[in-house]
Amino acid sequence: MIRFENLHKRYKRLEALRGVSLEIAAGEMFAYLGPNGSGKTTTIKILTGLAVPSAGDAWLNGFHTEKESLKAKRQCGVVHQNINLDNELTARENLNFHGKLFDMPRKERIRRIREVLEYVEILDRIDSPVKSLSGGLKRRVMIARALMHSPKILFLDEPTVGLDPAIRRRIWSLIKKIQQNGTTIFLTTHYIEEAEFLAERVAFLDEGRIVALDTPQNLMDTMGAWALDRVSGGGIESFYFRDRDEAKRRIAEHNEGFSIRRVNLEDVFISLTGKKVGPQAEDGG
Amino acid sequence: MNGMNGMFAIYQRELLILRKRFFRQLASMSVSPLLYFVAFGFGMGRGVMISGHSYLEFLVPGLVAMNSMMQAFAIGSEINISRFYWHIFEEFQAAPVRNISYVAGEVLAGITRALFSVVLILAIAALSGVVLSYGLYFWLAVTLNSFIFASLAVGLAMLVKSHADQALLTNFFITPMAFLGGTFFPIDRMPEWLQHILIVLPLSHASKAIRAAAFGDPPPFPSYLLLAALGAALFVLAFRCVNSARE
Repeated sequence: MIRFENLHKRYKRLEALRGVSLEIAAGEMFAYLGPNGSGKTTTIKILTGLAVPSAGDAWLNGFHTEKESLKAKRQCGVVHQNINLDNELTARENLNFHGKLFDMPRKERIRRIREVLEYVEILDRIDSPVKSLSGGLKRRVMIARALMHSPKILFLDEPTVGLDPAIRRRIWSLIKKIQQNGTTIFLTTHYIEEAEFLAERVAFLDEGRIVALDTPQNLMDTMGAWALDRVSGGGIESFYFRDRDEAKRRIAEHNEGFSIRRVNLEDVFISLTGKKVGPQAEDGG
Repeated sequence: MNGMNGMFAIYQRELLILRKRFFRQLASMSVSPLLYFVAFGFGMGRGVMISGHSYLEFLVPGLVAMNSMMQAFAIGSEINISRFYWHIFEEFQAAPVRNISYVAGEVLAGITRALFSVVLILAIAALSGVVLSYGLYFWLAVTLNSFIFASLAVGLAMLVKSHADQALLTNFFITPMAFLGGTFFPIDRMPEWLQHILIVLPLSHASKAIRAAAFGDPPPFPSYLLLAALGAALFVLAFRCVNSARE
């Protein structure tokens, strides 16, 4: 279980987090969705010990992240946004080092390295130097590394950023598989479809505040089921409808070059914040 | 977590990387001592005598002091690269490793690099026909000198905010000390006002202790004590600086 209360983070003049609170149940797949600079990565950094909160408290499976930091860190695995593998080492050596950091006995490390690399389907690259791997394979090594010590919580900070759609889908399947084994997953993303596909609940983050929190379906239901888009004044204007027939009637009434599509989380985010969340806002979060 | 395991994990990673880069590292560590040997040692000739020793004999302990300082301090650059370029430091930060274990592992790696570079210098010196006394006091002084500068490097690496800051520190503190800390010339040949400044430099005491041991002279115990005390203080400081690296 992940819990944080009233988290604040201030970097000199920038207030990155303005009092966010959340509770994520054990085994839940949770997505934290927001545009560039909304505070997603800052939240993960606080929860995983990379940043100190200016105020507020956080717990991982009941362990306070500051007062019981070593125990809290043992609860979680982290896949950071940056590829942070030792490039000169092989996949095996990277994972072995991680196992040592988590105090895993040698025999267990040897067994687990093969197990997790097989799990992420790159056992055949076990002795390849990381620098020879593609971006997608490096991500999979990072996921394998985060799973090495069998954490109960997995933090994934923009796990598919910069990957092509086919590789992204493979990573999604992998994330689903991990969650099905009972791991709590906290995912940050600015890919709408990623949150829609994976998450059981979603929090929208904007300027350091949570502006909405619910299941993707409930959030989308607030807008309707169907959307009509039309180009207007250099931008796209959207209209929302409860059912498809209603939307089609609108097209018939106004012959204005509408295109019809299903409502998505981006529509909800725009209606709440007036901003887009999608990949046009490549993220440092 | 057993703190020792965390320390060994950090240390072993540095050794593994050192092993992977062995020949590159060997070449890079050999260049400057070779240049100093040629430029200062052979250039000034064996005819120049200092305190009853040839200049080349005088130079070898100085190079040992200077290189052990430089190589131990270079662990700071490795940490910087892992922090700002590869982001591997995030992996340490997110792991259940105590700050003291992290610092101890990195300092130990710095000392190992330094000792490796010293062995290299002694080999080059032996090939040039200079063989001095390398007993217990010699290695103790080298280790204390390396301990000081590895601890300083780890502490500073936690405080700096970029590669440029690290280069600045090297240019302003380490390079001047390398030349003025009794490495190439005896401090007592400097102007008196400068001697008062140079005598407080840790490298001056390291050069003095290493040279005395290499020449078989009685060990300057106050210098050993000072080096040990300074090393311990900088180690504690490095430990206290680790949290500064958190955002």
